[in-house]
Amino acid sequence: MSISRIEAAFAKCANADHSAFVAYMMAGDPDLAQSRELLMGLPDAGADIVELGMPFSDPVAEGPTIQQAAQRSLLARTKMQDVLELAADFREAHSDTPLILMGYANPVHHMGWSKFARLAAKSGVDGLIIVDLPPEESHPLAVALADNDIALIRLIAPTTKGVRLQQVLSGVSGFVYYVSITGVTGAAIPDQQQVAKAVKDIKLHTGLPVAVGFGVRDPQTAKTIADCADGVVVGSAIVSQMHKQGAGSALELVKKLAEAAHGNI
Amino acid sequence: MTDNPWNNTPDAEGRFGGFGGRFIPETLMPLVLELEGAWQEAKTDPDFIAQMHGLLKDYVGRPSAVYHAMRLSEHFNGAKIWFKRDELNHTGAHKINNCLGQVLLARRMGKTRIIAETGAGQHGVATATVAARFGLECVVFMGSKDIERQKPNVFRMKLLGAKIIPVTSGTGTLKDAMNEALRDWVTHVDKTFYVIGTAAGPHPYPQMVRDLQSVIGREARAQIIEREGRLPDACVACIGGGSNAIGLFYPFLNDKSVRLIGVEAAGRGLQSNEHAASLTGGEPGILHGNRTYLLQDDDGQIADAHSISAGLDYPGIGPEHSYLHDIGRAEYLSATDEEALDAFQLCTRLEGIIPALEPAHALARVGDLAKELGQDGLILMNMCGRGDKDVFAVAEHLGVEL
Repeated sequence: MSISRIEAAFAKCANADHSAFVAYMMAGDPDLAQSRELLMGLPDAGADIVELGMPFSDPVAEGPTIQQAAQRSLLARTKMQDVLELAADFREAHSDTPLILMGYANPVHHMGWSKFARLAAKSGVDGLIIVDLPPEESHPLAVALADNDIALIRLIAPTTKGVRLQQVLSGVSGFVYYVSITGVTGAAIPDQQQVAKAVKDIKLHTGLPVAVGFGVRDPQTAKTIADCADGVVVGSAIVSQMHKQGAGSALELVKKLAEAAHGNI
Repeated sequence: MTDNPWNNTPDAEGRFGGFGGRFIPETLMPLVLELEGAWQEAKTDPDFIAQMHGLLKDYVGRPSAVYHAMRLSEHFNGAKIWFKRDELNHTGAHKINNCLGQVLLARRMGKTRIIAETGAGQHGVATATVAARFGLECVVFMGSKDIERQKPNVFRMKLLGAKIIPVTSGTGTLKDAMNEALRDWVTHVDKTFYVIGTAAGPHPYPQMVRDLQSVIGREARAQIIEREGRLPDACVACIGGGSNAIGLFYPFLNDKSVRLIGVEAAGRGLQSNEHAASLTGGEPGILHGNRTYLLQDDDGQIADAHSISAGLDYPGIGPEHSYLHDIGRAEYLSATDEEALDAFQLCTRLEGIIPALEPAHALARVGDLAKELGQDGLILMNMCGRGDKDVFAVAEHLGVEL
């Protein structure tokens, strides 16, 4: 079911002639109950795909907003088991919306690649993004995920070029995540022309949908990026709104972002 | 750089057995692959080697001496103790051996901006020094807690023209400084060269740092044979990330009779949960680009390290040490804050050498070892840094107001 759930979600958006809106949030920020409220509301607010962040103590690719969210989550004693239970709750309430877990290698490695893949499948998880696990290091996890019909989503960066681009794109599943800037999450505004060209280059090597994220933080940018990609990911802006104003306000923002990504502004 | 058969480690993927590798975001992968190629080329280029050796001699002051610590040997009433005196290097520690090589490589690769992380400040000072020597922009990331306890080094770096970025995320120590340096590198990929200070990080760093630091062991091995007519029974070095230790150990790896002993920081004691002994108290995990032993909790979150010595205050260890530990080629012991403070004072009084707190940890185990080996024994310890930077911290711990 899992990988096909991702395919179905992108197909549905393509049929409606718009991009998919991918909403990122941090599990357990500021605590499990409040993050559950946000998570549960995302599909109705317009998120076509949900990325649930797994907190890690040393997130090297994150800007301050998501770093601090991870710290708040860990201070509230969020465990990997809690993240998986949150995922299971989500799956029970929302049967169609793909759920992607996103995080860093060590907590998954510590649990064991295979055990994690089994438990994630049991919780209804469809895909996994591990930021610090490039293709060269991902083989054992990729095998475990494939056995459980979970997509290992690969990241492509602006620095990924030429032969390497082909290498990274061979054997991808689910969708391709294009990192729109050289930098940490939420740091800079991506350049639309550069992103459009990169997405075109990626599509020369894969038939999978391409979602773009890392620097998208307002409806206007979401719309601009949505115009040149199959999906647009927003993280830091949602996490920041959640921190400042709570789940209700964060869901309002998600609505605006989703409308923009869907071309309705 | 070496005819040592061990130089088939790491393998092409940067693995030392099951340790090492390249666990980094995709944005950095093309950069480390380029770096790997550049290093393999540079280290066999006679011009590059000649330039480096010239500067090691005239600028750093190599070869550093070996010294028979006669009064300490008498004090312990056991084996003969020799120091490899890398504390006599320019900038006061072994760190510059590595910085010099990496900055020369940065120039060769056309990079104009140097970044570094630092804990005790020794690596930051060494990097800032070499950057100043070549007129390169230099940015040093340093934990806010370390800035507080290493003020003299912070000022030295500023004098050398480096920009210091205080890191407040996490616990404000070395691991957080490394996180922040990696974030900077991801952001400024085009002109930046990240000079990692220890034998850790993504491949090729553990190998490159080992190659550059093994000048310590190559010199020491020849010197001790010349002076004593034989190999030592044991080589001893302190371990934070482990660059001075791997530099000393590497040229001795094939000398099976030589015990290689690394000393980790046990902080307030291994049972206290306030220590930095990754091998003794940690388990394998993934951080800062490599798989290695790490201090972590039962959910894979990285634990805080503690040591009186800022240079050892790191929850990981270079991957080659994890490998040498697992295959049993090297032994890893630990010393507490208290033991290091005692050794610091003992060495200062008996030998007139003020050691850095880092090698004071190694010295704390040398006493036991000297007794164990007895009068016929021969110990070679790397005195990898001098203690000028630590006098304020030591005074505070001894309750002395300066």
